[in-house]
Amino acid sequence: MHYNWDWSILLQEPYLQWLISGTGWTIAVSLAAWVIAVTVGSLIGIARTLPNRMVAGIATAYTEIFRNIPLLVQLFLWYFVLPEIVPEPLGHWIKRDLPLPEYTTAVIGLGFYTAARISEQVRAGIQSLSRGLSMAGYAQGLTLTQVYRHILLPVAFRLIVPPFTTEFLTVFKNSSLALTIGVLELTAQSGQISEYSFHSFEAYTAATVIYILITMGVTAVMTVIERRLPVAT
Amino acid sequence: MIKLSNIDKWYGAFHTLKDCSVNVSRGEVLVICGPSGSGKSTLIKCVNGLEPFQGGEITVDGVSVGAAGTNLPRLRARIGMVFQNFELYPHMSVLENICLAQLKVLKRPRDEAEARAFALLERVGLKDHARKLPSQLSGGQQQRVAIARALAMDPIAMLFDEPTSALDPEMINEVLEVMVQLAQEGMTMMVVTHEMGFARKVADRVVFMDQGEVVEDAATDQFFSAPKSDRAKSFLSRILQHV
Repeated sequence: MHYNWDWSILLQEPYLQWLISGTGWTIAVSLAAWVIAVTVGSLIGIARTLPNRMVAGIATAYTEIFRNIPLLVQLFLWYFVLPEIVPEPLGHWIKRDLPLPEYTTAVIGLGFYTAARISEQVRAGIQSLSRGLSMAGYAQGLTLTQVYRHILLPVAFRLIVPPFTTEFLTVFKNSSLALTIGVLELTAQSGQISEYSFHSFEAYTAATVIYILITMGVTAVMTVIERRLPVAT
Repeated sequence: MIKLSNIDKWYGAFHTLKDCSVNVSRGEVLVICGPSGSGKSTLIKCVNGLEPFQGGEITVDGVSVGAAGTNLPRLRARIGMVFQNFELYPHMSVLENICLAQLKVLKRPRDEAEARAFALLERVGLKDHARKLPSQLSGGQQQRVAIARALAMDPIAMLFDEPTSALDPEMINEVLEVMVQLAQEGMTMMVVTHEMGFARKVADRVVFMDQGEVVEDAATDQFFSAPKSDRAKSFLSRILQHV
């Protein structure tokens, strides 16, 4: 194979600018999706453990729907199908006036998909605690809400920091699918550099290294959190 | 004070408790014994409504446990309970374990709750361990914290569900000593246990259960010297063989 390696193209304009911008969008999509995922996922996960069967059933249905449809299909459904099936004025608004439509759709799609996975971690975390632990709380006169707030959730969330780390990393990697609906994030920009410069190896190596740096950063932060919250069972 | 009348409970098709009736008067210590699977732990958990039951009635200090309108959290706050596996809150210090329900249920001010906690820790001999996590304590120490946690609510009665069954033999006595002291101070107690020495020493009455039934309910001396039922006799002969 004959190939002219030239790493310096990565530092030339506009390519450097594209890489920086792509990295920015990757981080912006991932962090916003993560906020949705943790918020919605925690609520759904908690709901699945509640004694009320209807609430638990609806929450379980959410998890099963969102984790069983491929993420790519979900992004297409949000982007192409949703505006057509909602009431017409809303559909028009989505198509014409939604701010940053590709970005917003990617964040929502990735966020709700990841929420289903988070909800499963939260549910498993709560259900891994012994029934006796919540009984001890109830026996002291605590209410259901107080037992969750002061006992079950603090203990369960400490237990699930390691799987949460994995999910957080997955969000960054899954965010690359946002390119399919037009978000110019890191993978999309690398592809663009490759097309304009014909230096595919350098472009995708740069993307690989940046993804690894981001995820290593995330892992480091989560490790600190894990150390600060010792699981003492 | 605690009155169980004709309690029936099913787990699906399995009849766990069959027409069980037990009374505990104020200041009385009742020991419930019997082979494993006899329903004694289930019965004691019915007393504060941790286990639902389908037939019969339980009243504690005149309040019906099973009635629809009963404020269960309020009733439970007045009954202390100690579990086989301690069930301390693992993410909280010993002090916080004892303070949580005082603060959230009784709405005591923090300084008052902490003062009460320290007084109780002193009483169970663990004053120096207030800032430790439960995982840093031995089983016997954890169970004494659990007793202190229950006493912090100023309960009108205490329920013990096999409080020494999960302990190493050398730690059983330190827990039993605290319980004996409680009994001698006049606390109303229901104790599920295999510790027959404890029963002999402080129990007023012994209830023997087998296969979900109350087989025998007798004064302590009478239960040990002249058990009426064959099932209690054979249970005692097996459990007391090596004493």
